[in-house]
Amino acid sequence: MRVLRILLEKEFRQVFRNPAILRMIFMMPAVQLLIMPLAADYEVKNVKICIVDYDHSTYSQKLTNKIVASNYFQMVDYTDSYAKALERVENDEADLVLQIPASFERQLVKEDESTLFLALNAINGVKANLGGAYLRSIIGDFNREVRLEWVQLPRFSPVPLIEISSVNWFNPLMNYRFFMVPGILVILVTMVGAFLSALNIVKEKEIGTIEQINVTPLRKYQFILGKLIPFWVLGQIILTIGLIISWLFYGIVPVGSIATIYIFAAVYLLAVLGLGLLVSTFANTQQQAMLLSFFMMMIFILLGGLYTSIDSMPKWAQIFTKFNPVAYFIEVMRMVVLKGSTLYDIRSHLGIVFVFGVVLNSFAVWNYRKRS
Amino acid sequence: MKQFLYFIRKEFFHLWRDKRTMLILFGMPLMQILIFGFALTNEVKNTRIGVLDNSKDEASLAIINELEASRYFDIEENIRSNADLEKAFQSGKIKMAVVFPNNFQEELLHANKAPIQLIGDATDPNVANTLINYASAIILDYQGNMKDFQKYPYTINAEVRMLYNPQMKGSYNFVPGVMAMVLMLVCAMMTSISIVREKELGTMEVILVSPIVPIRVVIAKMVPYFLLSTINIASILLLSVFVLEVPIQGNLWLLVGECLLFTVTVLALGLLISSMAGSQQTAMLISLMGLFLPTVMLSGFMFPVENMPIPLQVISNIVPAKWFYYIVKNVMIKGLGFGYIWKETLVLVGMTAFFMIVSIRKFKTRLE
Repeated sequence: MRVLRILLEKEFRQVFRNPAILRMIFMMPAVQLLIMPLAADYEVKNVKICIVDYDHSTYSQKLTNKIVASNYFQMVDYTDSYAKALERVENDEADLVLQIPASFERQLVKEDESTLFLALNAINGVKANLGGAYLRSIIGDFNREVRLEWVQLPRFSPVPLIEISSVNWFNPLMNYRFFMVPGILVILVTMVGAFLSALNIVKEKEIGTIEQINVTPLRKYQFILGKLIPFWVLGQIILTIGLIISWLFYGIVPVGSIATIYIFAAVYLLAVLGLGLLVSTFANTQQQAMLLSFFMMMIFILLGGLYTSIDSMPKWAQIFTKFNPVAYFIEVMRMVVLKGSTLYDIRSHLGIVFVFGVVLNSFAVWNYRKRS
Repeated sequence: MKQFLYFIRKEFFHLWRDKRTMLILFGMPLMQILIFGFALTNEVKNTRIGVLDNSKDEASLAIINELEASRYFDIEENIRSNADLEKAFQSGKIKMAVVFPNNFQEELLHANKAPIQLIGDATDPNVANTLINYASAIILDYQGNMKDFQKYPYTINAEVRMLYNPQMKGSYNFVPGVMAMVLMLVCAMMTSISIVREKELGTMEVILVSPIVPIRVVIAKMVPYFLLSTINIASILLLSVFVLEVPIQGNLWLLVGECLLFTVTVLALGLLISSMAGSQQTAMLISLMGLFLPTVMLSGFMFPVENMPIPLQVISNIVPAKWFYYIVKNVMIKGLGFGYIWKETLVLVGMTAFFMIVSIRKFKTRLE
């Protein structure tokens, strides 16, 4: 026990006397949490539209006004040449083109039917999809108005009508930041935990101080514990800073209990640090350790469900996410912060991550060799 | 010149003999292309939804069947009450719920009007929106097929055409971004770390006291990474054409030329970082925080730049990857010619020159 205490004292000194690490601990949460949610805004707004009007009729005017009056679209051009509109799309000045063909109004009135053409810049799928859906719903509205104008009221509707109403639970204002911030917090804790622990042992290897440790009577588990505990504490500190920032700047107060978050984080950090330690037992230079942990983190984070939902991934990727601790913490964080899930709701997540922690750490201890 | 060649050989050995690093450097683009190309889609399919059917009649069952039959939804059983519903949301089992009222069919047939409630889990707003849109479309479809009634009068049809990416593949958006990310990593981070490593281990001192021009040593360090990046560019392009089926619409040589230009830009950045950093950890930190994150966040390939607040939009202009991303997207996917991208190319050239000049002026031939 005394040995461990002395070792811990050494590790903590090493951390607190390294300005780079300290800067990382305090700067990273601030920078990431303040800038990333601002940048990571998937909410589709200000879709830029270009209207090509070959008809110049009352109806085409009305439709144009209706589109401009909606909050979704920002009209960049109103022309009568499709080629010009397409050029706007090519220059990224417009996202979609609405083409109103000549004799749009006449056909609608005389032949009961008329067609509009939409062309979407589909390189960005989300924007194209949602922009197209918005525009179609505006056209649908417009269609209803036209019908009302021509079909006399009151007229009994012979068609059964299903009224669909929708509610948004847990985030009624559809604030995208509520979705991103808890996820980013997880990334933060993960990155700091994994990188710092991975680099730590390797640095001792590279500088040669590991030799000194190898010749002491220190046991393997003591050495690993001595490396684990400081970073475990640092991880919790970063989580706290992150929670405070998200409360101060985004007004996000967890609906569930904060204790649940800390309990899960305590177990989760065990797994992440174990991963970092494992990397460090494999790598010989800091460059290798860095690259290796970066490579793994990238895969874990991208497949962790931060940006895209896990449900829509193909089967093989979904199976992979079962072995991805980051995915579990992101899900738990969102559940606790936004939905108020309790420890009981997340019990299976907790159990699985605990198993990861035990497996990774035992593997790291086993793989750490005192002989060079 | 001969000396220079020897140095390049030395650097190649450094790189070659570090098998693990090599493996990752070549594996990285492969993994990224696979992940981005296949796993990261914004498409919604097989999402688990709950159904609270208070009426259990023909109409509600028919709608449930339609929902189940679509590829978007999988129906979670065992929801019998509002409490069940709430629990299912809280434990994350379902992403959306459909609630039928009592006597759904009866009301629909006799009063010609019946409500359905859709509840979305708006923790992820875009997914909630999309799910509700899909479900509404399916329900409306059902309503339309209920009676073979005559066509609606005065119908406006909307015909939609998807430009550039008719199948709405996510990879069209990601391939240029992955290219920027990999080049950033290989060139900027790896070069800067390998230069700083010599400082940290003390071998730089040996070089500085020898009669070799120091800047040549540094440039020799870049050559292997430059070649490595050309291999990576080639493999990314091949993978995206043959595996992801993202065609190269524009001129291939123009595209390759722009990629090489960006490689040089990033190498110059790496040089700049190495002249500022004293230790490997600092170099890593700078490349991660100062280069990698901005590349991912502000270049526009993950998140749309025009949605960002104005200060961030301004900052995004100094991120080289933003310009590169724009160029690649235009040449590779839209198939535009040089006339459309000369301005952006000029910006990259200017940045490269700036980084080069600053880093060479800052390069210290003396130890502190």
